[in-house]
Amino acid sequence: MSAPRRIILPLTDELVAELRAGDRVLLNGTLLTARDAAHKNLVALIAQGAPLPVDLYGQVVYYVGPSPAPPGRVIGACGPTTSGRVDSYTPALLARGLKGMIGKGFRSPEVITALKEYRAVYFGAVGGAGALLSKCVRAARVAAYPELGPEAMHELVVADFPAVVINDIYGGDLYREGRRQYAVNDGGGVLCGQA
Amino acid sequence: MRTLDCKTVVEVTSRLCREANCVLEPDVVAALEMARQEEVSPTGRDVLGQLLENARIAAREEIPICQDTGIAVVFVEVGQDVRIAGGSLEAAVVQGVRKGYEQGYLRKSVVAGPLDRVNTGDNTPPVIHWRVVPGDCLKISVMPKGAGSENMSALKMLKPAEGLDGVKRFILETVSSAGPNPCPPLVVGVGLGGTLEKAALLAKEALLRPVGTKNLVGELAGLEESLRVSLNGLGIGPVGLGGRVTVLAVHILTYPTHIAMLPVAVNLNCHAVRHKTAVL
Repeated sequence: MSAPRRIILPLTDELVAELRAGDRVLLNGTLLTARDAAHKNLVALIAQGAPLPVDLYGQVVYYVGPSPAPPGRVIGACGPTTSGRVDSYTPALLARGLKGMIGKGFRSPEVITALKEYRAVYFGAVGGAGALLSKCVRAARVAAYPELGPEAMHELVVADFPAVVINDIYGGDLYREGRRQYAVNDGGGVLCGQA
Repeated sequence: MRTLDCKTVVEVTSRLCREANCVLEPDVVAALEMARQEEVSPTGRDVLGQLLENARIAAREEIPICQDTGIAVVFVEVGQDVRIAGGSLEAAVVQGVRKGYEQGYLRKSVVAGPLDRVNTGDNTPPVIHWRVVPGDCLKISVMPKGAGSENMSALKMLKPAEGLDGVKRFILETVSSAGPNPCPPLVVGVGLGGTLEKAALLAKEALLRPVGTKNLVGELAGLEESLRVSLNGLGIGPVGLGGRVTVLAVHILTYPTHIAMLPVAVNLNCHAVRHKTAVL
């Protein structure tokens, strides 16, 4: 396991081209957060040709709905949520310059194709490590849609936020490759379709 | 006849919500530590180490283990010799959940209608499962259930002719197609028999059994172990990055069923297997 690479955000095309599935990274800078409802709103605005409340160019979106920040803290627990729920919205955001996403779980074939087309990467963060990951967040503020409560878009300033490249622009897929490396049975031959 | 006050039920339910979300059960910590020793993938071992560190931070600082603090599933066993004073027992459980999620800074993730999707703002109502039992105690178990693992759970009405092979195949298919989504390593709750809803409830109840304990039914203990080995051969590994520890345990509960039925429910739980129980 090689040492993680420290990355200063926002992402550029050159940096994205250097990232390969399996690379561990430490992200530094500003992340935007968005879940299902915020994605729905953004994509509706794009369809109308209306301006967006945030500039997506070069940005990384983190799929997270943090728990409330107790007094004296920047944020509550803030681990990744399942990415697949926003798959249908993702290509439209990539077309607007989004360069990275952080979440957990499979992406659809359409998203994986769009990553190649628009030159963007999908990072995985450790699901269920919400307390640990909260320690990487230095500042948080609502960026859009405060009425959505836990689904509001936030801007998070992070320091050395740990993630791993799951899908790169070359078709690399860590979920598929990691599993292939360690599988000793296919569960009777009916099982390898989705991984 | 023993009397219990509703206020006590509110306080205890509230405390269980907070503790279940912030403090990993000792059996789960032990299972994760053992998994870290057994895992051959360096990435997998690293992930398991992060999960144990996460649990330490969560308990020490009262930060939720996971930001998805779930919809509260509450199992209540009411002793038939207990009298509840001071109001409705059900309302007390609901109030306890409301209080626990508000005062514990836990995320409010419940929407009023499955189609209108409007947040109720206080994480109520919980899903409550009641059971009347002999004795004069009240037992409350709170299980905050997050969407990641619940959404990858599944139920199928098999044909009896499909038998044990069909049951095994369905469990393997469910875990395999879930891949990284439910936050492995998992505890896999299996409900076998009964009817559609009974199988689902058994699968959920099976998740309450401490990890590392054996099924009291000998043949089921053997089946659980053989399924654990098969599932760990899938290679999914900790959080799906590849490895030999995909499940911490398989827990099976069975119930008599109809001559023409073979229901099987598979309820997946993430590596935290959050739940807390109190007996009043």
